[in-house]
Amino acid sequence: MASVELKSIGKSFGSTPVLGGIDLAVADGEFMTLVGPSGCGKTTLIRIIAGIESQDAGAVLIGGSSIDHLRPHERRVAMVFQSYALYPHMSVRGNLSLPLVMSRLRLHERVPLIRLLSSRRRETMHSIEGEVEAVAQQLQLGALLDRRPAQLSGGQRQRVALGRAMVRHPDVFLMDEPLSNLDAKLRVHMRTELAELHQRLGATFIYVTHDQVEAMTMSDRVAMMDAGHILQLGTPTELYGRPANVKVAQFIGSPTINLLPGSVGSNDAVELLGRRLQLAVDLPAGSPLTIGLRPEALTAVPANTAPADAGSLPARLRRRENLGAEHILHFDLPGAALPPVVARAPPELQLPADGHVALTFDPLACHLFDPSGARVEARRAEGSRDPVVVPFRS
Amino acid sequence: MGAAALAEPIPLRATAAQTRIRRLLSLLATHAVLMAGAVFMLLPFVWMLMTSLKSPGEIFSADFTLWPRRFSAVENYDRALTTAPLLRFALNGFIICFGILVVQLLVAIPAAYALAKLKFPGRNPLFVLVLLGLCIPVQVPALPLYIALASLGLLNTYFAIMFPFFLSVFAIFLFRQFFKSFPDDIINAARLDGMSEFEIVWRIVVPSAWPAIAAFSVFSAVAHWNDLYWPLIVVSDTRLAPPPLGMMFFADAETGSNYGALTAAATVLTAPLVIAFLVARRRFIEGITMTGVK
Repeated sequence: MASVELKSIGKSFGSTPVLGGIDLAVADGEFMTLVGPSGCGKTTLIRIIAGIESQDAGAVLIGGSSIDHLRPHERRVAMVFQSYALYPHMSVRGNLSLPLVMSRLRLHERVPLIRLLSSRRRETMHSIEGEVEAVAQQLQLGALLDRRPAQLSGGQRQRVALGRAMVRHPDVFLMDEPLSNLDAKLRVHMRTELAELHQRLGATFIYVTHDQVEAMTMSDRVAMMDAGHILQLGTPTELYGRPANVKVAQFIGSPTINLLPGSVGSNDAVELLGRRLQLAVDLPAGSPLTIGLRPEALTAVPANTAPADAGSLPARLRRRENLGAEHILHFDLPGAALPPVVARAPPELQLPADGHVALTFDPLACHLFDPSGARVEARRAEGSRDPVVVPFRS
Repeated sequence: MGAAALAEPIPLRATAAQTRIRRLLSLLATHAVLMAGAVFMLLPFVWMLMTSLKSPGEIFSADFTLWPRRFSAVENYDRALTTAPLLRFALNGFIICFGILVVQLLVAIPAAYALAKLKFPGRNPLFVLVLLGLCIPVQVPALPLYIALASLGLLNTYFAIMFPFFLSVFAIFLFRQFFKSFPDDIINAARLDGMSEFEIVWRIVVPSAWPAIAAFSVFSAVAHWNDLYWPLIVVSDTRLAPPPLGMMFFADAETGSNYGALTAAATVLTAPLVIAFLVARRRFIEGITMTGVK
């Protein structure tokens, strides 16, 4: 087992920079997820760890020692590819045993005909066979060992790809969007299986995905990447609860966070759409802010019953999506040309027939971001107990 | 209401019949053109086959019939097989085609893999050179090759017949196009599993490339089975002659004017190729359409 350390990894394809000095330390046995929009460099990073690509700058350390001079198979890493990359002309058994055949048999023991001269080969093949069977049992592939990849379903292929990584007992598993070719139901199922597999094996997992749900549900820690840089590194709870950047806030969470325009008023007070919130920041008056509110932070109440000490916004219901356990409400903010505001609500929530409501929220649930996108810490404003009602600026 | 509903479909049914007739006509026209082409290409073969069944007198008779009035197939084929070493010529053809094909595949497959999948400086200029190589006919380097073989004392050997064709730029080009579409991830997975590039080529890529290999094999075998030009230059020994050269020797000898025996010999020497193509034709067409080389 081994930790993985990346030291200022830089990479560009031609004149296009892909990675701009990535530093990342993955602890032994950790499930680390690299998440980000497509083109953010996460796949390139994992391929550099695997040795498929070479970095232009920086170093990769596994278990504390540099592995940059090692070829892919010498790095004790295994990779699961998005396309599974199974050998199409080999049976499942052949696919699973190939990594072991390559590492345990010498060259002359692999050459057709000549290999018949080796007596050691038969014993080795026997033990390989046993290990392949064991892995196949673990992944419920026992009945499929003699099939070709083309005769398997997507989920079965995925298991074979996983098994091919497992037979080598690698220190580090690298997974490049392994679930993205599965249908939605199977993906949910495989999330659980992968998380359990990680617990059982105790190996280090580095997992690449563009699906924030996968990142949130399986990882010990998540590194959110964008444009070749890590925007934030932390536990899923940290990324969701305290996003360090407006891009992180937008990417993590479904439905997406609501972003509303705000600014800093007098006495450091935060104003949302011209309404003063009970929040203060240390920024000069007049600075623009982006205010993020998670859908679950918003509560819709009839317009006249908004509590005095909470933040509130007048709104009109536009659409109601029924998800069974909860409803997703889409609101228009009258007088403001903004995309609809989304809120979660329990299914039993009754709203006025005309749809006019007030959206209330705890001001401390607001995530504030400055124009560069960085998080701004806010504190509860003192003294201003009475809500200041300011009409909308249009 | 009822009458109107009945009256309505009649013009519709008429147009349906019209379109069916139109489709039938266009089908007939297409097939007529294709049939004409097929007759044009097949007639020489049919003529050869029929002539090999006729008696000498009938071949030169003024009133022409395709179907022989009197069969003398046995005499013609007997004469062809006894006076000329036809089986020897066919064996030479096999040896030459097989030797050329094996070396061509051994050389072209790794070269094509390198051009398609490996990154190295000068890859694109090399590929341009391959494309330029496609433009050079065999007649151009014939003289230097002949002089080289002559001064090495290698004329009148199988090696001399095969040597100029060992490097097939066409094969490199064809396989490169085919390998281009092979998924990179599988190659990367093989590298992670510890395979060398040579093993990747022969154990991973080649097993997926059988359609292309079959297609190229047909091209190569047909070209070298039928080649007269180069064997004519480097071989004067009858025992080494491939089929066309053998035919020429045979025609020059006393059977020169016996067209029945001559066409019988030609039939015997053409048959293996036709049979081989009929056996491999599905693979061949698959390979051609998959590589996009037409």
